[in-house]
Amino acid sequence: MTNQDRSPEVPDRLQPAGLRSWWVATGVAAVVAASLAGLVMGPASLGVGEVLRELVDGLPLVDVDSGLGVRQKAIIWEIRLPRVVLGLMVGAMLGTAGGAYQGVFRNPLADPYLLGVAAGAGFGATTAIVAGLGDGIGVFDAVPMMAFAGALAAVALTYLVGSAGGRLDPVTSLILAGVAVASFFTAVQTFVQQRNSETIRQVYFFVLGQLRTAGWNEVLLITPYVVVCLTIILLVRRRMDALGVGDEEAGSLGLDVRRVRLVTVLAASLGTAAVVSVSGLIGFVGIIVPHTIRLLFGSSYRVILPLTVLFGGAFMVAADLVARLALQPAEIPIGVVTAFLGAPFFVLILRTTRGTR
Amino acid sequence: MTAVVCRGLRVSYSGVPVLDGVDLEVPAGGWVTVVGPNGAGKSTLLRAVGGLVAASGEVQVLGESVDSLPRRVLARRVALVPQEPVIPSGMLALDYVLLGRTAHLGFFEAEKEADVAFATAALEDLDAGPLAGRVVETLSGGERQRVVVARALAQGSPVLLLDEPTTALDIGHQQEMLDLVDRLRTERGLTVLATMHDLTLAGQYADQLVMLDAGQVVASGSATDVLTDENVGRFYGAQVRVIDDPSGPIVVPVRRGNLT
Repeated sequence: MTNQDRSPEVPDRLQPAGLRSWWVATGVAAVVAASLAGLVMGPASLGVGEVLRELVDGLPLVDVDSGLGVRQKAIIWEIRLPRVVLGLMVGAMLGTAGGAYQGVFRNPLADPYLLGVAAGAGFGATTAIVAGLGDGIGVFDAVPMMAFAGALAAVALTYLVGSAGGRLDPVTSLILAGVAVASFFTAVQTFVQQRNSETIRQVYFFVLGQLRTAGWNEVLLITPYVVVCLTIILLVRRRMDALGVGDEEAGSLGLDVRRVRLVTVLAASLGTAAVVSVSGLIGFVGIIVPHTIRLLFGSSYRVILPLTVLFGGAFMVAADLVARLALQPAEIPIGVVTAFLGAPFFVLILRTTRGTR
Repeated sequence: MTAVVCRGLRVSYSGVPVLDGVDLEVPAGGWVTVVGPNGAGKSTLLRAVGGLVAASGEVQVLGESVDSLPRRVLARRVALVPQEPVIPSGMLALDYVLLGRTAHLGFFEAEKEADVAFATAALEDLDAGPLAGRVVETLSGGERQRVVVARALAQGSPVLLLDEPTTALDIGHQQEMLDLVDRLRTERGLTVLATMHDLTLAGQYADQLVMLDAGQVVASGSATDVLTDENVGRFYGAQVRVIDDPSGPIVVPVRRGNLT
């Protein structure tokens, strides 16, 4: 058989794994729908048409009268939109970081907190709250800064300890180092928290996560990190499938395995540290979103990671909506909502896709 | 021209020597098969030629030292078919073969049409075209082995390392696989360095056999020189009868005590 006479069983349209345009369109639709719901719904109810006109009016060089009053405009631009945008960024970053970790560690249970980011951030935030530094606003609030510093310190420590792994293979030693460092930081955090029980409620809120915004400050604070880190992860995704054959075989294919892993871990950890510093420790998203995408759209990281950016963001905004509205005027921590909604949804996906791939 | 040269090759795992001063040459376009008992160091020898283990001594591929070549450059010279390839879950054969193009892509680069065409052609060269859309995990042993070899072929490397390419196959598929490899070698001028357990097949397909024992070369040359009752008896601890046949020596095991 020559290369020319292709066997009839091979459909000519067989394409290698990659994004199909309707998948992306579905993801964009999910983002738009969730965002619109996040803007329209709330204690002050606004019409979809009014909100859309107001958004269009906000575009440069466009002038449309939305018919909304000053107070309603402020609700859209200063309260709901920043919160929606923050939700999109946090969900996209946590989901994608989780997916990226699962790829480079070849471990389906890897989540963005695997290397100690959460414990480090928790320790940093607790320290700031206990020291009474948590009363500033936005950029000047010490809690996000300390959380960010704690998260980065924990990952750096994990990497240092993990690369001196001795007899273990590099992945195992890194994961074990993460467990050790996370336990250590959690222990110190718990100790500090117990000694200062008057701030326990504030600490508790950070640990369960909350998309609390004061205007656009949080969004501005994390945008550079999220944009850069997501871009890097999305670029490296093309090499991530090759890691599926194991380090040695990937090396024989010409892949610099260490470099792929290092670049990915750096980007995912930095991005995660940035978002948890403003959102607190929202769990579950980093595991459940990439796995749901995998079940629905296939196992290639070329597909999983870009779609996770879209669906992770949409999922987070939807979860935040429930967190805000379910027990109005009280707010449920968003981490509770992501798990409460995400777990049954995941079971549903797991059951309906069984045996189809 | 010599495609692969090893001189005084030594490899140890945690202080235990696995290869102990191996000298080996594979002429360009030739087929050399390494035989030897379990633990003789056959797989390690292939991994050393592929630059996958720390080795002392000299290993050259196409005239350049393996140590001096970056991963990507080396992978464009040498492709390895591992004994037990790791199959990623849920991956289609086409995507699996496309992994062979990794060494031809930049760190952030996507595969182009030409790479997909290369992978498709590799599958078809192994009569595995119809498998392109199948999930690799669900293939039979014979089909899977052809897909793995197709991946190595898609790498476009002139030197092919085959680690026990027939171990998981029945006798018909063993012959089919080796015939395919031999045809590709002739058509594309590939150089083959393989390891094999089946001594008869090893002798029938290789230009030259190298027998390893305890990390050292104990016999090398044509199949008739290497596959003798004495060599197989001494280094494998096996009781065999070697029958001369026009296709090469046939090594038949004989139940102990029944040799007359």
